[in-house]
Amino acid sequence: MANNVSAEDALGPGLRGLVDDWSSDQRAFKDVPWSKAMMWIFLLSDTFIFACFLIGYMTVRMGTTEPWPDTSSVFALHVGQANIPLLLIAIMTFILISSSGTMALAVKYGYERHRQATATLLIVTAVLGATFVGMQAFEWTKLIQEGVRPWGNPWGAPQFGASFFLITGFHGTHVSFGVLFLIIMAVKVLRGSLDDQRPGFLTGRRGRYEMVETMGLYWHFVDLVWVFIFAFFYLW
Amino acid sequence: MEHAEQQQQHPIGTYLWVWGLLFVLSVLSYMVDYSGLEGFIKWFFIVLFMWLKAGLIVAFFMHMAWERLAIISAVLVPPAVLAVLVGLMAVEANHTLLTRLTFFIE
Repeated sequence: MANNVSAEDALGPGLRGLVDDWSSDQRAFKDVPWSKAMMWIFLLSDTFIFACFLIGYMTVRMGTTEPWPDTSSVFALHVGQANIPLLLIAIMTFILISSSGTMALAVKYGYERHRQATATLLIVTAVLGATFVGMQAFEWTKLIQEGVRPWGNPWGAPQFGASFFLITGFHGTHVSFGVLFLIIMAVKVLRGSLDDQRPGFLTGRRGRYEMVETMGLYWHFVDLVWVFIFAFFYLW
Repeated sequence: MEHAEQQQQHPIGTYLWVWGLLFVLSVLSYMVDYSGLEGFIKWFFIVLFMWLKAGLIVAFFMHMAWERLAIISAVLVPPAVLAVLVGLMAVEANHTLLTRLTFFIE
């Protein structure tokens, strides 16, 4: 080949760009680090896992002859004299959305090389995430004390408990691991590992601020899944 | 030699706007429950606010709006097959329900 066109020269936009990228026989996902592309692939697989849980929940809920427990009152909280429906879940939703916001800002300040701001925002995100898990633990405790089990509950269809523990448990596990990763990332940022491109102890890959964005993708995904759980499990 | 990778740098206003909108949409979806709407209109609003929130998170917080079409389609097209699974399982669930009503309910 006499005239080797470099891959970066002819990046067309839109549909033509899609075909070119996929057929370029070297690197389909231009302009993103591999770690980010791989995180997206992982999240795609995770999407299918959560979707299977939610579809399974749909199936058992549609197939049961017993009435489904009224989530609005099951998840109500006593405040003073009144019973406010879904209050705890609403607060958890706002906490998770707030943590997504601080995460997005952490990514932004990371790219701007504001080390202190990035680390602070990562830690705030981790604290909000831990608060979310704590409230979930409270919710589980409350429901278990009221007699909810994976095989039955006092209010109706026994499939309610199975769906509830599976779906919220799996989501809570995701949040917990996210908190762990956030703390590790905050430490890396604070000690300057990303600025100095210091190799990580596990993979040996050089530190870079794209890592914060990749971490952010995972965290936003956890928030994204909650949007669907909130709609289908709690509101429906 | 590293590829010149595009960094996702966007004005802070974008994030704050999305953040605010997510709060408003969450309040609205909570209001769907609080207001005691029933039937089709309830489901319509639940699903509407859900997709709006999901779209905002993916497009702006996860930067999908600024990515190339190659990665957008690699991530967003495959989940569409889940619609088939939903359809199949809905048929299955109706069959289960019908069988239970026919044989197990006196």
